[in-house]
Amino acid sequence: MTHLPYILASYGIFAVAAVVVAIMASLRLGSTTRRLRALDNRKTGP
Amino acid sequence: MDASTALGARKAPGRSLHRFANPGRFLRLAALVQPWLTWPALVITAAGLLGGLFLSPADYQQGDTVRIMYIHVPCAWLASQGYAALAAASFVSIVWRHPLADLAAREIGPVGAVATAVCLATGSLWGKPMWGAWWVWDARLTSVLILFFLYIGHIMVVRAFDSAERGFRAGAILALIGAVDLPIIKYSVNWWNSLHQPASITLTGAPTIAGSLLWPLALSTLGITLGFWAVVTANLRSAVMERRIGGLLMAQAERT
Repeated sequence: MTHLPYILASYGIFAVAAVVVAIMASLRLGSTTRRLRALDNRKTGP
Repeated sequence: MDASTALGARKAPGRSLHRFANPGRFLRLAALVQPWLTWPALVITAAGLLGGLFLSPADYQQGDTVRIMYIHVPCAWLASQGYAALAAASFVSIVWRHPLADLAAREIGPVGAVATAVCLATGSLWGKPMWGAWWVWDARLTSVLILFFLYIGHIMVVRAFDSAERGFRAGAILALIGAVDLPIIKYSVNWWNSLHQPASITLTGAPTIAGSLLWPLALSTLGITLGFWAVVTANLRSAVMERRIGGLLMAQAERT
């Protein structure tokens, strides 16, 4: 394969960016869902 | 038709949009859509990129460097598409004061900036072996760099004010002014002498790219586009819930 370092760098940059963005979105969604559920439970609780 | 009916008719588009501003309704709809964006995005992106890396042939002029296109082109497309969506959300925000549009514009910004940064980085990695330079001040490259700065500017402006409302208004104005960069990006390769090649795929003509290179490009573009909107949807759901959490905490503080 010609110019392999350039190709690997391109796919590497994309993979890192995609994984970081996806993990951050997933963690944020999980954390807000848990916080909202806890608040809703406290509101509707005894 | 009396005056109140006429007023009601004029308000109809705004009203129908405000139906979707209901946070509960949006969260239910987005939760349904989320898996249909996320899982196809993973499968289709993997198929497109693996096909592009291992199954599609090398280009007769570019050699294997053409494989960078399977990332660069979808990111370039998403950089423009994301900003168009950001500008559309900003327009809705200014005209109808749609609260969901404010949050959508704020959440599209960082993901669009990442897509633009990957587009610029992969373009540079393609340019070095093909043009002999990491960067040239070409019209296409420069207009995409300006788009990146517009994204960064928008991210900073919406967070720069103590009042969220003022931040959203200022961000919306910046986004609408910045939208002028989109046709410049699109037509820069036609308007000016450019090192960057013109579009290989257009709405009006047949693609000038071989089928063996086109199918992985189509798959990776579809997959990465779905992934982009999956992340934006997840972030928008979080933003809506964060706003609701803020409201609940405020109500709780007022009660005690």
